[in-house]
Amino acid sequence: MQTTFPRLMLEHAAKRPTAPALREKVYGIWQTTTWAQLAVLVRDLACGLAQAGVRRADHVVVVGENRPRLYASMLAVQSLGAVPVPLYQDAAAAEYLFPARNAEVRMAIVEDQEQVDKMLEVRAGHPPLARIWYDNPRGLRNYAEPGLESLDALVEAGRAHGAAHPGFFDGQVQAARPDDVAAMFFTSGTTGNPKGVVHTHRTLLDRAGAGARFDKLTEREEVLAYLPPAWIGQNIFSYAQWLACGYVVNCPESASTVMIDLKEIGPTYYFAPPRVFEGLLTSVTIRMEDAGRIKRWLFGRAMEVARRVGPQIMDGKAVGLADRIAYGLGNLLVYGPLRNTLGLSRVRVAYTAGEAIGPDLFTFYRSIGVNLKQLYGSTETAVFVCLQPDHEVRADTVGVPIEGVEIRLADSGEILVRSAGLLKEYYKNPEATAEVKDAEGWYHTGDAGFIDAGGHLKIIDRAKDVGRLLGGPNDGAMFAPKYVENKLKFFPFIKEAVAFGDRREKVCAFVNIDFEAVGNWAERRNLPYAGYVDLAGKPEVLELVRECVEKVNADLAADAKLAGSQVSRFLVLHKELDADDGELTRTRKVRRGYIGDKYQALLDAMYGGRTEQYIETAVRFEDGRTGKVSATLKIVDAKVLPALRQAA
Amino acid sequence: MSADTAVGPTAAAAADPAAVPGARRRRQGEVVLEVSNISLRFGGVKALTDISFDVREHEVRAIIGPNGAGKSSMLNCINGVYTPQEGRITFRGRTFDHMNSREVAEMGVARTFQNLALFKGMSVLDNIMSGRNLKMRTNILQQAFRNPWWSGAEREESEHREVVERIIDFLEIQAYRKTPVGRLPYGLQKRVDLGRALAMEPQVLLLDEPMAGMNVEEKQDMSRFILDVNDEYGTTIVLIEHDMGVVMDISDRVVVLDYGRKIGDGTPDEVRANPDVISAYLGTSH
Repeated sequence: MQTTFPRLMLEHAAKRPTAPALREKVYGIWQTTTWAQLAVLVRDLACGLAQAGVRRADHVVVVGENRPRLYASMLAVQSLGAVPVPLYQDAAAAEYLFPARNAEVRMAIVEDQEQVDKMLEVRAGHPPLARIWYDNPRGLRNYAEPGLESLDALVEAGRAHGAAHPGFFDGQVQAARPDDVAAMFFTSGTTGNPKGVVHTHRTLLDRAGAGARFDKLTEREEVLAYLPPAWIGQNIFSYAQWLACGYVVNCPESASTVMIDLKEIGPTYYFAPPRVFEGLLTSVTIRMEDAGRIKRWLFGRAMEVARRVGPQIMDGKAVGLADRIAYGLGNLLVYGPLRNTLGLSRVRVAYTAGEAIGPDLFTFYRSIGVNLKQLYGSTETAVFVCLQPDHEVRADTVGVPIEGVEIRLADSGEILVRSAGLLKEYYKNPEATAEVKDAEGWYHTGDAGFIDAGGHLKIIDRAKDVGRLLGGPNDGAMFAPKYVENKLKFFPFIKEAVAFGDRREKVCAFVNIDFEAVGNWAERRNLPYAGYVDLAGKPEVLELVRECVEKVNADLAADAKLAGSQVSRFLVLHKELDADDGELTRTRKVRRGYIGDKYQALLDAMYGGRTEQYIETAVRFEDGRTGKVSATLKIVDAKVLPALRQAA
Repeated sequence: MSADTAVGPTAAAAADPAAVPGARRRRQGEVVLEVSNISLRFGGVKALTDISFDVREHEVRAIIGPNGAGKSSMLNCINGVYTPQEGRITFRGRTFDHMNSREVAEMGVARTFQNLALFKGMSVLDNIMSGRNLKMRTNILQQAFRNPWWSGAEREESEHREVVERIIDFLEIQAYRKTPVGRLPYGLQKRVDLGRALAMEPQVLLLDEPMAGMNVEEKQDMSRFILDVNDEYGTTIVLIEHDMGVVMDISDRVVVLDYGRKIGDGTPDEVRANPDVISAYLGTSH
């Protein structure tokens, strides 16, 4: 596509000036910005920025929730050939310092007082940050900082500048080339400093267009923009595809009203990470438990039918007449109203990605008639690599490579991707760029996986975490710890799991029970317990976890490649893994190596064949005090099944 | 522990983290409310004895004191709920020996209640809307028929709704707009109570223990809202509070009552150093 974001915006404004481009709920009312209004706003902002000294290839930080004027600001920055750098609005000021220095940022456009305070802190460590504009003036009346101004003032200044220099804005927009840098996204590396992923207009629009054609998106879609704009997913769904297709992006009133706004808007194209879908389902479950007996019965019956035939109907497969009638009735009485309550009644295409989604959760949404699909991609690939076509949706794959994508597996099992949407580079980091992008243009994803018989990509784990068993009956078999852990975590009773097995003869696992779920389960069984440690050590609970582990083993045994990863021994930890104790990252990913070292005694006992082990652990409480937790943990054996199909 | 630290800001020392840069400008004006020699008795019980103090425009004025000191009685006298036996109250140059609650409200004085007096079954929106009652001009008949040609009730309602929506936005309770108040946690109900008082667009706001029963985080939120109201709308605020730390942090001047008498009056620092106040709070042998 030979165009840029500002040009697309101007095209929409010329073709459909009165069509809505953005909506935002303000003071309880959805207020619309049309494409024509947006074009005027962008022009004024761009002229104002130019007057303030923004030059081509400058970086301008944009921080805030999804707000129409911040979107317009990004367009204005791009109109001048400069580069918007969206940053996460919930990050601490110290986390902005590296991007600000790395990208030599001199100007920032932020949402409100909170962000202004953080930017002023950044300025203390990065004095070149001279100008800061804010969208919402609340609480900022008495700030007398140099270079701090409202966006209103910028628009005013821009309008005057634009009137004095007619033709300036259009000239700037026409001067931009598709291969100019369009945006930079900082990815939080697990180690070291974040890296600025540089994308051009061409890379982003190539993928945005391919995704839109894949799902036949039109200008009539409604999208709710509620995830951080600094995350490339949100940027693709509500910025790149918004401009590519010309649909309507809706900005919620505040972070706490997203579910209400979702229901009011009824988006047709929806994206959410698995935890959002999980949260929705939990709220449904809780409300159904509180409902009257007749409603509960009706819901139970309807969901039974939905589970049995819903996914098939969704996939367009043949279903018996009686089932079809039952499903139709269920749709009328339960699924339809439920979809409406969830705000999903108009959804034509819904995607989830980012982490593995539980099969039960996934099936639930498909069975009630929500076309939920999975996709695979990352910041570096401008999101769209693999998508699931309608009618070919499965819980454990991420779909087929779409238009313009080539996929290859490295000998190590790592997935390599080539497309026109790959990052241009990591900003000022040629070593890192060379590490992920080779001479032939293949991007090394760092994910391990394989293409299954149906041509669908299946992701197993991070490539560096995939190990091999050593010795024992499964010598040399592939061991994918996260794959195993995720399967365990899909059970509501299991909160966290840590699997070990690389260069060992069998797989063993630590399990954290979900205190709330298991606590409820124990209460319903009149099983008394004193607290977390006590509950985690109950023989009944160990038995419950063993059932879960054995179900996972049965699942794994069905997969020739992963049959060796079955968990043969496990224990239930006496304390919850916690980021404060360094056992989890801040994004709640288990730090396997650290945990292995910290609980070396437990690991030795598991592999040494002992049946119990005493352990004492220091814990840090929320108020900073430290204490000790100790327990004697039982080590439980789980049944391991032979692989169903022998590897060829 | 020295007496000084006991009275100083302890629990909620950092009650207002948001207000660090560009410290709040003090912009007190003329005296708007003056209470002179007020005495209030219930039969033989002397609730208030000869209390005098004044409130200046735009300031945050706190009334503090131990339990039963007469703080709420004082507020009720200003508000017209109680009629003091002696003394006068001067509001914007008009002097009264007793106040009438409706008159007080019409003069631009709003209040919140210690034990929340919200309509529990009504939504947040409707509760705050009820604060606009005095400002509505159309009568019940016009409202009932809502005929756009002759009643104007609908247009009036949307005007009021706009004011209410701005308050909802200001107090960050958009997510609960349609939730019945009774289902909200206590801290949020307090915020709705404040919202209803704000809906009167008051010049003087009386807050009766706005932070009672709240946890530290809720107290910090509430402190910020009170300062924001004072800052954004220029509203004069008279507040009763138990939590010394919070009071010392957000008030411009403090009156201290004990057993119905005034034992201290001045800036937070002055009050903190006042020996009578220290003994009232730490207790002395009587």
